[in-house]
Amino acid sequence: MTATTASKSQAREDRNSDGTYRIAVSKIDLNVLWRITAMSLRHPGRMALAVGATVLAGIFQLYVPQYLGRAVDQARGLLDGGVTAAGQAAAEEALMATALLLIGASLLRGLFTMMQNYQGEAVGQLIGYDMRLAYYRQLQRLSFSWHDKIHSGDLITRGILDIEGVRLWTSTGLLRFVLLSVLIAGGAVILFRIDVVLGLLALSFVPIVGVRASIARLKLRDTWMQLQDELSRLSQVMEENLVGIRVVRAFAAQAYELARYDKVSNVALNVTHKRVALFVTSTTQMTFVYFIAMGLVLWVGGLKTIDGEITLGQLAQFLAFMTILQMPVRQIGWMINSIARASTCGGRLFNVLDLEPSIADAPGARPLAITDGVLRFEAVDFRYPASAQDQRTLSGITLEARPGQTIGIVGPPGSGKTTIAHLIGRFYDVDAGRITIDGQDIRDVTLTSLRRAVNIVQQEPFLFTAGIDHNLAYGDPWAGRGDIERSAATAQLHNYIESLPKGYQTLVGERGVSLSGGQRQRLSIARSVLLGGAVLVFDDSTAAIDVATEQRITAALRDVVKTRAVIIIAHRLSSLIHADEIVFLDGGKIIERGSHDELIALNGRYASLYALQTRIDDADENRLGSP
Amino acid sequence: MPTDTTATSEPERPPLAVVGSQISQDEELFGRVFDRWVVSRFLIYLRPYRRRITVAIGAVLLFTLMQLAIPLVIRTVIDRALVPGSGGRDLLFILVIAFGVVITVNYLANHIQESIIGRVAGHLLFDLRRAMYAHLQYVSLSFMDKTEVGRLMSRLQGDINALQEFLESSIFAIGDFVLLIGIIIVLLSLDLRLGAMTLSVVPMLLLVRIIWLPMARKAFLRTRETSSATNAALAESIHGVRVVQELGREEVNFALFDEKAGDNLKAHLLASKFTNVLIPVVDGLTGLAMAIIVIFGGGLVLDQALDIGVMVAFLFYVQRFFDPIRSLTIQYSIMQRAMAAGQRIFEVLDVKAEVADKPNALALDQIDGSIEFDHVTFGYVPGQPVLNDISFQIAPGETVALVGPTGSGKTSITALAHRFYDVSEGAVRIGGHDVRDVTQSSLGRHIAMVLQEPFLFSGTIFENIRYAHTNTSRDAVIAAAQAVGAHDFIMRLTAGYDTVIDQGGANLSLGQRQLLTFARALVANAQILILDEATASVDSYTELEIQRALAKLLQGRTALVIAHRLATIRGADRIIVLQDGRIIETGTHDTLMASGGLYSRLYRMNYASFDDIPEDQVRSLSDNTGQT
Repeated sequence: MTATTASKSQAREDRNSDGTYRIAVSKIDLNVLWRITAMSLRHPGRMALAVGATVLAGIFQLYVPQYLGRAVDQARGLLDGGVTAAGQAAAEEALMATALLLIGASLLRGLFTMMQNYQGEAVGQLIGYDMRLAYYRQLQRLSFSWHDKIHSGDLITRGILDIEGVRLWTSTGLLRFVLLSVLIAGGAVILFRIDVVLGLLALSFVPIVGVRASIARLKLRDTWMQLQDELSRLSQVMEENLVGIRVVRAFAAQAYELARYDKVSNVALNVTHKRVALFVTSTTQMTFVYFIAMGLVLWVGGLKTIDGEITLGQLAQFLAFMTILQMPVRQIGWMINSIARASTCGGRLFNVLDLEPSIADAPGARPLAITDGVLRFEAVDFRYPASAQDQRTLSGITLEARPGQTIGIVGPPGSGKTTIAHLIGRFYDVDAGRITIDGQDIRDVTLTSLRRAVNIVQQEPFLFTAGIDHNLAYGDPWAGRGDIERSAATAQLHNYIESLPKGYQTLVGERGVSLSGGQRQRLSIARSVLLGGAVLVFDDSTAAIDVATEQRITAALRDVVKTRAVIIIAHRLSSLIHADEIVFLDGGKIIERGSHDELIALNGRYASLYALQTRIDDADENRLGSP
Repeated sequence: MPTDTTATSEPERPPLAVVGSQISQDEELFGRVFDRWVVSRFLIYLRPYRRRITVAIGAVLLFTLMQLAIPLVIRTVIDRALVPGSGGRDLLFILVIAFGVVITVNYLANHIQESIIGRVAGHLLFDLRRAMYAHLQYVSLSFMDKTEVGRLMSRLQGDINALQEFLESSIFAIGDFVLLIGIIIVLLSLDLRLGAMTLSVVPMLLLVRIIWLPMARKAFLRTRETSSATNAALAESIHGVRVVQELGREEVNFALFDEKAGDNLKAHLLASKFTNVLIPVVDGLTGLAMAIIVIFGGGLVLDQALDIGVMVAFLFYVQRFFDPIRSLTIQYSIMQRAMAAGQRIFEVLDVKAEVADKPNALALDQIDGSIEFDHVTFGYVPGQPVLNDISFQIAPGETVALVGPTGSGKTSITALAHRFYDVSEGAVRIGGHDVRDVTQSSLGRHIAMVLQEPFLFSGTIFENIRYAHTNTSRDAVIAAAQAVGAHDFIMRLTAGYDTVIDQGGANLSLGQRQLLTFARALVANAQILILDEATASVDSYTELEIQRALAKLLQGRTALVIAHRLATIRGADRIIVLQDGRIIETGTHDTLMASGGLYSRLYRMNYASFDDIPEDQVRSLSDNTGQT
């Protein structure tokens, strides 16, 4: 993990995501800047080179006005001294020497600037790289409950635009600040040596610009924060519109959608305008103040020259020095802009990076050791972190599944069926009781080994834009072709895949061949069957598969499930009618359990559900009975 | 370089693992720095701001003039006021006042130019993005079908962002460029010989650039490619995070992502070398130019052929002279990126909206609610029809169920009825009007549609039900929710109708989401209903609600239903059985069962939905049947 601990907020992710979509950025941004700077210090060699080169570039830049001043005096001196051949030759020689020094100083300045820029950018890129990896890793670690709350568009914006803002900090913020400091400090020393009063006048703009800049920085930071939030919101509107484009078309809602877009877009545009106005006002004012200082130098310096207190060359040197500062002064605007941006963007990223995943390996967690492959729920209580104190999702759940056994779980919506699947894969932790596999509490084993042992077949599988083979082997990319085909055949998908022109290499996902809901679920089954973990959980993952196809899958699975404990969560009773034990959940409690026949005989909730479904299925005898 | 973060648990790279989309982005566009076509397109978008731009150009010119005047004032001070014994104090005072006037005008002009350009740039970006977004609302669905949302988003976001970077820095570039020309003129007019000699370094710089350009271009291209690959991989991991965690792919993905991010890092470091190598060249040439002034100018001063003030002015100008050249060089990659971004943006804007209103299209007011397909042939790809010569009529108030295996053309029929696409042959008529002769918005008012996968927007439940019909009252929304049986579960949510829906409706069950889309269709209150029934079964309690809601929804409407529920199929007035884009049977459930065709065979095989039937089954069944 990245994130050196300046002020690491130890908030657990659940506490942080209190229903709001955006996470507030702390007002104190110096911490953020310090943390980014600390990240750059992890590349000490490059950082030293960059800062060293910046200082040297500044020093050589300071030589230039001195040489220019000298050249003016050399050319002028002769005029005053009268024209002699020897004097002329000497003056020309002196001019030649100054010219060579000028070329040398400029060239060295250029070389050091190059090094400064390159190393500065390199450090920035390295920070960007480190942050990108840390961000990627963190997103993969953060739990489902957190991802549910945050819009994916927001996360993508952070990962692209905010990392960019942080990356620019070293080269356009930090090093520019160093350069400016060197120029002003070095210039002060040189100028004060020549004339203190004039030196003070020449640098009189520094404190004013400094104060102006810090005020502007804070204001700019606020607008950057606002802008970044508004842009996130805008991309959320756009992304949703594009994903739901068929709904938009179906309701001919283009005008409505444009109005929705305009509302957000106009706010963002206004913030942009505000930012531009702030930026322009502060930079132009800073340049103006700088020019006033230059005018004072011209006036007082001119008087001093007339009085003979300083030479014309020295005045030229003062003015040349000030000319050198013109560009950096203009860049102060950019610098504070980049500081404001870096602190905003950094804050947004650290907010994600600092979250402690609510589910993580316990200290000293060991890999799960599978011996028999027995899954047990022992008096499990569970409540979702966001729900009220007295609203338990599960209470007193006790279950046991042995290899070769199938447990069916059924119940009305909100009874806690899917929660059971989430708990087995430890996507949440239980509040009381425990879940064990072969006697080991799943909180005491590593997450990697647990999730390798527990394979969950999802209801709405996500397909990656890649070949079918890649998608099938997603959980085990080392799988051989034979295994992949076998699991596809088990899921009744092999023949379909073979019928496609490119077979297993056929592209699926957003731009690939579109699969029907049932085909997607079959792919999901094949994906999990391939893995061969000790526990196989079907989380309502056959709902879109036709009953007849499901029967064929069940038949094909018979070999596979012999060695595994299987949990089937479903609301279509035909999916779990043959389970060894069926558990009927309501309100998070097990209210009936037994085999299908036992439960029918019990004539309770299960039996009435069965009756209801038979009625809905409009079971006419022809249909179920005929050949 | 890449740090120690690579922690693969496996020895080698897995054979079947990739992250990010494997489709190459069309990056070959990238390359030109100045693209006349792109620039001329931009100019069109600047037209509304002509007035302001004129003012800004005036301000730029004034600003530049003042910039040029500053060294001239200094020169005059040196040559006139500071000459010994000329009694220059009064003159100095006047000149300092003049300097004050110059810098004040400079300040005002600067403020005006930067404010206007900054604001116009902001407008331009937002206008372009809006134009793209608005255009996408009307672009044919066939384009949207084959374009990843991520790719469009990267144009709406990334490319606009690249332009912003360009415009922000170009505010200075424009001023710098004018200044460059001004300096050349002033130098040559101050002293032709010295001016010409000083400017002789410029061709050297051009020569260096000619060698540098092709190499740098390649390096910049590579950064862009690796960046988009890295970003695509990141986006994918965000969207697929649940699968990644459930299947434990974290380490594999992380290693693969590290590879991409590492490539990206290397590409950027190389590009940075190319950008920065020009700096010592430019600085060295600046030094050379100053040396020329010192030697030759100094010589001229010695020969009393040149005022010393002119020499000082030259030295001032030369220092400023290379600033614009330097920033133009450094901005090379920004400009290049901006041109590529512009191309991609205009590419989107140029996608033709194949389905568009005719100039004299009729706004449908009242219709009778009939639907007619008249010898319709249609395909998404020319030459590969998915519907062949389809003809049927639906009378007002009739409910027709479409059934058939996956790929038989059911969805295409519903899409054509709403004119999502235009037919290749034949005609689709709604209320007796060819859909191509009426406006799309009026057609939309008469047809309500429920899609197979319930899609909800982020926002409240209320907003989702009301959707585009913004003048629907709250009572009407509640009435619709009550009619479809959604009211009870809505009231159980924390904030009732004002409950905010998570992304994709993650806080609602599938059945609940379906009920909400039913309510949405009910609020639309159209005469014709097109419904693509969800394939996924939901729990029996919600299922009952859905069936009740469906009956409510169909009441008094003409309906075309892609049916998967047996109850729906049997409840239909007529069933149309499709296979391979042709109608093979039509009739009621009873007549179809009696005729013994594909429908009855599938039905007897226990296939409830006809939708997710393994291919081999369909083939063998229809072979037995023999096509009728």
